[in-house]
Amino acid sequence: MLLQVRNVTKRFGGLTAVDDVSFDVPAGHIKAIIGPNGAGKSTLFHLISGYHPATRGTLTFEGAEITHLPMHEIARRGIARTFQTTSLFSHQTVLDNATMGYRMHAATNVFDALLRTPRARREETESREAAYEALRFAGIAPLANRIAGSIPQEAQKRLAIAIAVAAKPKLVLLDEPVAGVTSEETVEHAELIRHMANEGYTICLVEHKMTLVMGLADSIVVLHHGKKIAEGTPAEISADPAVIEAYLGAATHA
Amino acid sequence: MHLFFQELLNGLVVGSLYALVALGLALVYGTMQIPNFAHGHLYMLGAYVAFFGVTVAHVGYWPAMLLAIVVLALVGVVLERLVFRPLRNAPEVNTIIAAVGVLFFLQTLAQVWFGGDYRVFPTPYDKVVHFAGLVATQQQLIVIAAAAVLMVALFWFLKRTLTGATIEAVAQNRAGAALVGIDPNRVSMMVFAISAGLAAAAATLIASISLISPSMGFTVILKAFAIIVLGGMGSVPGAIIGAYILAFAESFGGTYISSNYQDAIAFGVLVLILTFKPTGLFAKGT
Amino acid sequence: MRRVLWIIAAAVAVAIPFLVPKTFYLQIVAGAYITAIAVYGLNVILGYTGLLNLGHAAFFGIGAYAVALLETKAGWPFWPALLAGCAASVVLGAMVGSVSLRTRGNYFAIFTAAVGVMIAIVFTNWQELTGGNIGIVNIPPPPSIGPLAFDGDVPKYYLVLGALALTILICRLVRHSLVGRTFVAIADNEDLARAAGIDVARVRLTAFMLSTFLAGLAGGMFAMYNGNLGPDQTGLDITFEQLLYLVIGGIGTIAGPLVGTLVLVGISHELQGMQQYRFLIFGPLLVLLVRFFPLGIAGGFSRLTARWAAR
Repeated sequence: MLLQVRNVTKRFGGLTAVDDVSFDVPAGHIKAIIGPNGAGKSTLFHLISGYHPATRGTLTFEGAEITHLPMHEIARRGIARTFQTTSLFSHQTVLDNATMGYRMHAATNVFDALLRTPRARREETESREAAYEALRFAGIAPLANRIAGSIPQEAQKRLAIAIAVAAKPKLVLLDEPVAGVTSEETVEHAELIRHMANEGYTICLVEHKMTLVMGLADSIVVLHHGKKIAEGTPAEISADPAVIEAYLGAATHA
Repeated sequence: MHLFFQELLNGLVVGSLYALVALGLALVYGTMQIPNFAHGHLYMLGAYVAFFGVTVAHVGYWPAMLLAIVVLALVGVVLERLVFRPLRNAPEVNTIIAAVGVLFFLQTLAQVWFGGDYRVFPTPYDKVVHFAGLVATQQQLIVIAAAAVLMVALFWFLKRTLTGATIEAVAQNRAGAALVGIDPNRVSMMVFAISAGLAAAAATLIASISLISPSMGFTVILKAFAIIVLGGMGSVPGAIIGAYILAFAESFGGTYISSNYQDAIAFGVLVLILTFKPTGLFAKGT
Repeated sequence: MRRVLWIIAAAVAVAIPFLVPKTFYLQIVAGAYITAIAVYGLNVILGYTGLLNLGHAAFFGIGAYAVALLETKAGWPFWPALLAGCAASVVLGAMVGSVSLRTRGNYFAIFTAAVGVMIAIVFTNWQELTGGNIGIVNIPPPPSIGPLAFDGDVPKYYLVLGALALTILICRLVRHSLVGRTFVAIADNEDLARAAGIDVARVRLTAFMLSTFLAGLAGGMFAMYNGNLGPDQTGLDITFEQLLYLVIGGIGTIAGPLVGTLVLVGISHELQGMQQYRFLIFGPLLVLLVRFFPLGIAGGFSRLTARWAAR
């Protein structure tokens, strides 16, 4: 099992955002986490990636506990993530963005940089290649020299994925990868995510658009008010009365 | 024991001054999260306006103070409108840089106007008062009393008037306040006016005890920051309590430990607090 | 285009001792170079990582006092004293940085301002060591290296120029390396940097130490060049002045610190007698720049050349 989530709880003051959630993500899987607004999906990602510490419960990655590790350490173990509102190094070039994704694999320090040591030069080439590879993977290599903040929205979403891919992770957490994207582009993004899975990345995604999730996911976890109310294959989930109730209830209250 | 009470009195005087200055800084920080590094120079400018009132315009002590308060309130409004409001969504650092530009300007203005030398601010209340074996000047007692009056008035304004309530509302939730029909920009201007006005009052009160100079803002601003960090960034009662704590610490530290390092106490306190509590004392949970 | 400008600038800098008629002007230029080195240091922390160290001038003071004291009291020659001065500044930088970098935004600026002023208070009050307000005088010039003697204005000028060239080289090499790009990436988006496995605290500390190294180097050169030193070089107002040079020259750019310092020092001396009035213009200028032109002269220039290149 690549990732094990066990009884994870997160409280903010009096509010319980994630309540005793457990599930597994096997290697090579695409796992979707769905649920109405405010169900705690993004918070769950923040817990797995170490952005927020969990109040209770354990997270195990490749058999080692990662619950209390700082965010960058979790990333170094092989968990990459994107953010819900597309998060980039928006004043840097597209290429430099992807390079930062690979950065943790390069050990170059200030002295290497000043003395232009063989290590600095080697890692410079390596990270450049890794960055280009990630950009090609995401289909935005032609934009390499543009400033990230100036490229179209859809390309920015691809760049966010490229940064994650450049980190050469084992698990990628995608937080609403197609939020604010047209339906046509959604199809293309679905292909990109499928492509990632085919390349051997394990994927965990939070998503609102049911069509995307149903077509992509191997299995689905449904959250409602922070609690897991169902887990299963897309077919099982779409027939689950509790899920339908949660979504319909949310829809009528909205 | 006699020395002890004398230092207590000095602490009260200095604490009153610190409280008025730190209050203004805390109000601005509390409502707008602006660390106004030019605040000490507003205080300096206030001292010079009052100095002008007393020595050039000969309007008398209290009208001069009123003049300083009014002029500085206007300066505060102009600063908010022209300097700080346009930077509301800019990086925090830019606000500090802009404040540095303002303080350079104000300091030079005072230099050009009155020269760079130290000046003696004349006071009509220079008689010495004796009671219970203690010695105080009338001016010292006036500082303590006037500061108390101003603080009570400010509290009454913030807690008991509708306008005061709008300040509190904006401090707590700027967007929310706008939704219920409060104009946050007007409140910001008002807060800057009050903040600068308080600094001017403080400056006029204390100027006749110490000397005035164009660079007098530098030490004061850092102490005021130490105080509001001590009092919980942006808290009005915290700023007052912090001010008196610091003043007593300096007063007694200066007498019983070392007068050379008296000024370092404030910065030591600040460094210690932020070392152990990087988000500040009493910080709202992040 | 830019390379050509740098070569011209270097050629002019080398030729200046033969061009200017009086040593007075040579001293002004050398003084500006020394300030520029410190401003480059400020640029590393503010321009690259986006953190405003308001205690920067105190680290300049650490370098300067270390060199001055080691030379006058311990009898060290200039060169090892300079190394020790830089080292002292970096070590203190590591200590102050590891604490202050845990604070954020406004708190960082306030914290470093307090540390800086405390250091300046020590310089003023530890009279037995630092000479108090009078400071330290008669700091000997660097000993000769073979036939090279450093006891005149011209050789000292070249020494300072060399230190400036080294500073610019360091900044250039670091900025374009993976390390420098990580500095600016963190300033741009800290959360994403963490998510990419970057140890943000460590990278920031690296930047802080590099910044204080340059401040210490500038301080050491100041003590050497002027031969005397007082606490007035280490206060908050000096940091503010360096900040002014940086913002006007261009935050985060390679040429900005030098351009800003030279232009402002130049203007200040052009306006003879206007010296004390200059901030009536520079103060509001700072406010306007930060609002409308946050990239300063150098940033504006590269935007222009980029536009030409795009044609």
